[in-house]
Amino acid sequence: MSSIGDLSFARPKGRLPAGRMFGAGLLVLLGCFAIIGPMLIPADPAAQDFSASLAPIGGDFLLGADHYGRSLLARLAHGARLSFGLAFLTMLAAALPGVLLGLAAAWRGGWTERFLELSATIVLALPGLMLVLLLLAFAPGNYAPLFLGLSLTLWVEFYRVTKATTKSVLAQPHIEAARMLGFGSCYILVNYILPVIAPMIATLSAFAMATAIIAVSTLSAISVGLQPPTPELGSMIVELLPYYAEAPVHVLLPAMLIVLLVLGLQLLAQGDHG
Amino acid sequence: MRNFLVARLLQAGLVATVVGALCFVLMRVLPGDAAMRIAAGRYGPDARIAEAAEKMRLELGLDRPLTAQFLEWIGDVLRLDLGHSLVTGSPVVHELKVQLGASMWLAASALALSLLVGPVIGLFSGLKPGGAIDRLALAGAVIFRAIPPFVLGLILMLVFSKQLGWLPPAGFGSPREMLLPALTLALGLAAMSSRITRNSVAAVAKAPYFAFARYKGLPEAVVVGRHGLRNAAIPVVSYLGLQAVYLVEGVVVVESLFAYPGIGHALVHAVVERDIPMVQGTALVMGLMFVVIAAIVDLLTHWLDPRVRRMA
Repeated sequence: MSSIGDLSFARPKGRLPAGRMFGAGLLVLLGCFAIIGPMLIPADPAAQDFSASLAPIGGDFLLGADHYGRSLLARLAHGARLSFGLAFLTMLAAALPGVLLGLAAAWRGGWTERFLELSATIVLALPGLMLVLLLLAFAPGNYAPLFLGLSLTLWVEFYRVTKATTKSVLAQPHIEAARMLGFGSCYILVNYILPVIAPMIATLSAFAMATAIIAVSTLSAISVGLQPPTPELGSMIVELLPYYAEAPVHVLLPAMLIVLLVLGLQLLAQGDHG
Repeated sequence: MRNFLVARLLQAGLVATVVGALCFVLMRVLPGDAAMRIAAGRYGPDARIAEAAEKMRLELGLDRPLTAQFLEWIGDVLRLDLGHSLVTGSPVVHELKVQLGASMWLAASALALSLLVGPVIGLFSGLKPGGAIDRLALAGAVIFRAIPPFVLGLILMLVFSKQLGWLPPAGFGSPREMLLPALTLALGLAAMSSRITRNSVAAVAKAPYFAFARYKGLPEAVVVGRHGLRNAAIPVVSYLGLQAVYLVEGVVVVESLFAYPGIGHALVHAVVERDIPMVQGTALVMGLMFVVIAAIVDLLTHWLDPRVRRMA
C-alpha cells in the first residue's frame, strides 16, 4: 500500500515510453489469460486427482498439478481472474467516491472540505494494511472485509489528488472567463477539469490495482485473507511450499504470475520514471 | 518545530481512537454474548455458566449504556490499560513488551541495511544520470518494487536457507536469524530510496552552487561530500516518512513468514484467533510505531534543512 504515494505528475509528452508500452503489452497478455483462460480451460480448479499428485509440467497437465492433483493451469487462470477482478472492483470502489468527493471538496470548500479532510486524516493515521487487518478480524477469510478495507484506504489518494488539482485549475483565469461567458458548472467540469485530472486518475488507478493485488495475495499467504480451497495466487504459493523439493517450478509459477501482474501495472502507471 | 510535534501527537491520539473504536465495535459485533463468551473462556462451560456470565457482565460493565462503555474503553486505551489476552490470559501489556523489542530490532536493522544499499546506489546513479549504473539500478528498482515482500522473503529463504544452507529459514535469538527477514524488508525499502536519492542527487548536481564548487577547483570528493550530500539528503529523509508505511506493513508480513516473534506476528495470530484485546494492543503499538517513525523523520528534516526552521 505504500507504492501509491510515490508518483510524479510530470507526464512524458508525445510517444508512449518503452516501459509503458511494455507494461501495457504485459497487462493485455495477462488480462487475456485471466478472462479467456477460465472459459477455455475445461479443468475444474477444485477437482482433485490424487494419482496425479505433483504431476510434472508437460505431461497430462500442461503446467503440472499440485499436491492434491488439481490442474495448476486451471488454478493459475482462476487465480489471475480473482486477483484481477478483485483489484479492479477495489479500484472502482476507491476511485469513484475518491474522485467525486475530491471534486465536491474543491468545488464547495468550507465545511464540506473540512469534514472530508478530517475523514482522510483519520484513514491515513494508520498504515493501510493495519486497517484491513482490523476489519478482517470481524470475519477472517471473507471477501467483504477485504474489499471494504482496501477501498477504504485507497480512496484517500484519489480524493487528495483530485481535490488539489481541481482547486488549482478552478483558481485559474480561464475558468473565471468561462464563467463570465455564462458557461455552466457542467460545461466547466467536462471541458476544463476532466481533461486535467483524467491522466492522473489513470495513473493512480493502476497503482491502486497493483497495491490491491499485493495486499490480497499477501493476506492470503499469511492465512488471514481468502482461505485455501479458493484458487488465490498467494495461498497457492504457501500451499505448495512444503513440496518445493519435489516440484520447485510449481511454487514459482504463481509467484511469477503475481510479480508480472504488479510489474505490468506499475510500468503502465509510471513508464520509465524511477 | 513545536507545530509538527503537536501534529504528530494529534495523530497518535487519532490512532488510539480509531483502533479503540474499531475494537470496541468488534467486541460487540462478534456473534454471541460477549460476557458469556469470556465467562466460558475463563471458567469453562459448565452448569453455572449463566451465573458466571452475569458476574462477568457486572465486572466488565457490559450492562451499562453503550456511550458510557465506549468512553471508558477509550479511557482505558489512553491509560494504556489494554486488558488481558483471551487466549493466554496474561496482561496484553506484558506480552507486548517482549514482542515490541523484537520488532524494533527487526525494523531498525532493516532500515539500517536499506540505508547502506539504497542511497549509495542512488548516489552513483545520480552523479551520472543515464549511465550504465543508473540504468542497471533502475531495472533493479523496478523489479524489486514489483515483488511483494512475502514473495521476496520466500525467494531469499529458498536461496539462502534451502539451496546454500547459509542462514536459518526461521526462528529468533541470534543476528543470524534476523538477517533474512531484515534483508527482505531492506531490499524493498532500498528499491524505493535508491530512485529518490538518484533524482535528488541528479537535481543537486545540476544546481549552480555545485558547478561553482567545481569551478573554484575543489576536488571531486569535497564537492560531493560538502556540497552534494546534505542537500541531496533532504528529499531522501522526508521520503523515509512514506517508507514508514512500507516498513510497518512489511514487519507484519515478514514476521509471519519467518516465524519471528514480534508484534506483527502477534497481530496476525490475534486476528486468526479473534483475541480482541490482543488485536487492539498490537494494532495500537504498530500504529504508534508508525507515528514515532514519522516524528523522527520530521525532526531529521528539521535538522538537515535550515529553511524549514526559518519558515516555522
